[in-house]
Amino acid sequence: MWMHEYVGGGYLLTLGVLSLILTMFVWWGDVIDESLQGHHTSMVQNGIRMGVVLFIISEVMFFFAFFWGFFHSALAPTIEIGCGWPPVGIEAFHPFEVPLLNTAILLLSGASITWSHHALLENALEEATAGLVLTILLALIFTVVQAYEYIEAPFSISDGAYGTTFYTTTGLHGFHVFIGTVFLIVCLFRHLLGHFTPSHHVGYEAAIWYWHFVDAVWIFLYVFVYVWGNDGDGTLIQDLAIF
Amino acid sequence: MADAAIHGHEHDTRGFFTRWFKSTNHKDIGILYLFTAGLVGFISVAFTVYMRLELMNPGVQYMCMEGMSLVAQSADACTPNGHLWNVLITGHGILMMFFVVIPALFGGFGNFFMPLQIGAPDMAFPRLNNLSYWLYVTGTTLAVLSVFSPGGNDQLGSGVGWVLYPPLSTNEGGYSMDLAIFAVHVSGASSILGAINIITTFLNMRAPGMTLHKVPLFAWSVFVTAWLILLSLPVLAGAITMLLTDRNFGTTFFQPAGGGDPVLYQHILWFFGHPEVYIIILPGFGIISHVIATFSRKPIFGYLPMVYAMVAIGVLGFVVWAHHMYTVGMSLTQQSYFMVATMVIAVPTGVKVFSWIATMWGGSIEFKTPMLWALGFLFLFTVGGVTGIVLSQAGIDRAMHDTYYVVAHFHYVMSLGAVFAIFAGIYYYFGKMSGRQYPEWAGKLHFWMMFIGANLTFFPQHFLGAQGMPRRYIDYSEQFATWNYWSSIGAFISFASFVFFIGVVFYSLFAGRRVSEANYWNEYADTLEWTVASPPPEHTFEILPKQEEWDKGHAH
Repeated sequence: MWMHEYVGGGYLLTLGVLSLILTMFVWWGDVIDESLQGHHTSMVQNGIRMGVVLFIISEVMFFFAFFWGFFHSALAPTIEIGCGWPPVGIEAFHPFEVPLLNTAILLLSGASITWSHHALLENALEEATAGLVLTILLALIFTVVQAYEYIEAPFSISDGAYGTTFYTTTGLHGFHVFIGTVFLIVCLFRHLLGHFTPSHHVGYEAAIWYWHFVDAVWIFLYVFVYVWGNDGDGTLIQDLAIF
Repeated sequence: MADAAIHGHEHDTRGFFTRWFKSTNHKDIGILYLFTAGLVGFISVAFTVYMRLELMNPGVQYMCMEGMSLVAQSADACTPNGHLWNVLITGHGILMMFFVVIPALFGGFGNFFMPLQIGAPDMAFPRLNNLSYWLYVTGTTLAVLSVFSPGGNDQLGSGVGWVLYPPLSTNEGGYSMDLAIFAVHVSGASSILGAINIITTFLNMRAPGMTLHKVPLFAWSVFVTAWLILLSLPVLAGAITMLLTDRNFGTTFFQPAGGGDPVLYQHILWFFGHPEVYIIILPGFGIISHVIATFSRKPIFGYLPMVYAMVAIGVLGFVVWAHHMYTVGMSLTQQSYFMVATMVIAVPTGVKVFSWIATMWGGSIEFKTPMLWALGFLFLFTVGGVTGIVLSQAGIDRAMHDTYYVVAHFHYVMSLGAVFAIFAGIYYYFGKMSGRQYPEWAGKLHFWMMFIGANLTFFPQHFLGAQGMPRRYIDYSEQFATWNYWSSIGAFISFASFVFFIGVVFYSLFAGRRVSEANYWNEYADTLEWTVASPPPEHTFEILPKQEEWDKGHAH
């Protein structure tokens, strides 16, 4: 099934993924150990924060490419797909049903992670735990709902430009949600082990920033791919009473 | 700061494997980058020499379906193998763009000298630095493997050109193309991680008192380059990911049948590709500034304009991409915009060129080897820049597009501009990095061979392009024969100079005159790397340098 059934392809992929996971465990394990030993001075913390921000900027540019692909296909739909967006024959999701629910869930998780962070800053450790657990639960619900949407979808990734841009943008976002969720879960364990103090919790800050980044990408996805991209004749916007 | 007692003179106890395979030391990783880039450069140059051999005379004599040959075959014994030709130009382009020039200038010199110039003990993330290097090696391996894997036309390798344009790249058979895509992905990840490291180091670890307007120009150039990498390479990663899904998952980003558009790929690729040009050349600008100041015995003219010219070039580099694609059918308005925006870049570039000339003006110029390379750079880069202005005209480009004029233009800025900057840097810093010095005559001989060879290779290509000879073909008609012949002779001379250079490097490493002083040029080599021993000890600046060690009162 994997790698076009090249001999050993599946093993190679498995081996690659396992060694990647091993590297992450031992590397970041070392970083955590160094932090607990007190090597993370304020300058080192500054450096790590900058590194995280720059990494997120590079991620933003990665999404930029896929949004470009989306707009290139959607702004001037070609004659082959009926000169319309969504293309002729594509039954898109209604943006004010499940996608709106998922937007609410993800935005709520952005609020709950902020609650947790501020609780940590106030040294209210149990409240911080509660906020973090809530965030992780919301993240998992989001992923489940997104999976449900994928299963229900009447079009596939190979159904022309719509399926292509829909699944690559939301799929990449979904993968980042997964990464962010794992990051938050690791932070939950570290928090329960007492690694974070009100004045020093760089790892948690990184996870929070990453989560907000995932959140922000979703807003763009929702506005452009789900709402604008499903509103070929402008009726959706008119349905909204406030407009 | 040459005081060994401060910097520690404990004997280096690391074993060979520990030092060169597990290193997290910015100086060692810089050396690794330079060596690997040199090796890959040799492979890539060997490709071109073989290609120039084929182009030396009309007709196909060497790249035959019957097999590759180094001896000319008669026309009836040789069926032209265009796929092989295409694989070689693809390999040459990909290797040079991603695996030679960026790693040498950004990875090699950037790693070694940027932290030294700003007085930092090491990079901000030493382990990440190690990962960057080894991802680069992995990417190189994938790129070379791609050449030897099942590809299009039932042969080995992919023949799609380094830009990997669809539909050729989405239709190319086998998995060679996928390996090439992964190679670019992995090297891109390597460069992005390197860029994160460089930016953080630059912003967070400058010596006390070194405000942004006091940072040496090379460090600035690497910093600007790092931003370009950080912002443009992920976009390329997106583009080639789309290629990958188009090839393997049935998406239709670039398939008109499904509502996609091959021109989309060109847009995204060149949104990366044009900044890439400046990624390649900017660190070279930095090196040249220091070399010219040193050998003119004058501080650089117009330090601040030099800094902001680099920033301006970096910013403008992001808004001119479609001048690479005037012929795809853009509207006149779009073409006009990209034309004007492109020509605007000549302004900051002119600021730099004139500032270098003004630095030399009234200076006490010494024609040591690095200075020769810098002057060669100045001349060649200016020629390449001027032909760039010619090509920026959408109307003229309509005739010049995909001719040898374009080939001549971009080799003048990159193969001659950036590569001359690399050589200037190598000769300038050889003693600092190795503790030994090359024989002066050898460096000069290398320069003159390369200067003559490279000009002979590429200058006639302007004529060929103006005559209308298209690029990317294995063969050409008779009327182009003369200048192709001379171009090939030039390539052989350049190759001979490269082989000679390899000899010079190894001779100097093992038997060169030892360098005893920290600063073996003169007092105008006044940045911090000239205050530490040659070669620098394993750990430098364990105690941060004081301001009077680097702040000489005049501009840098």
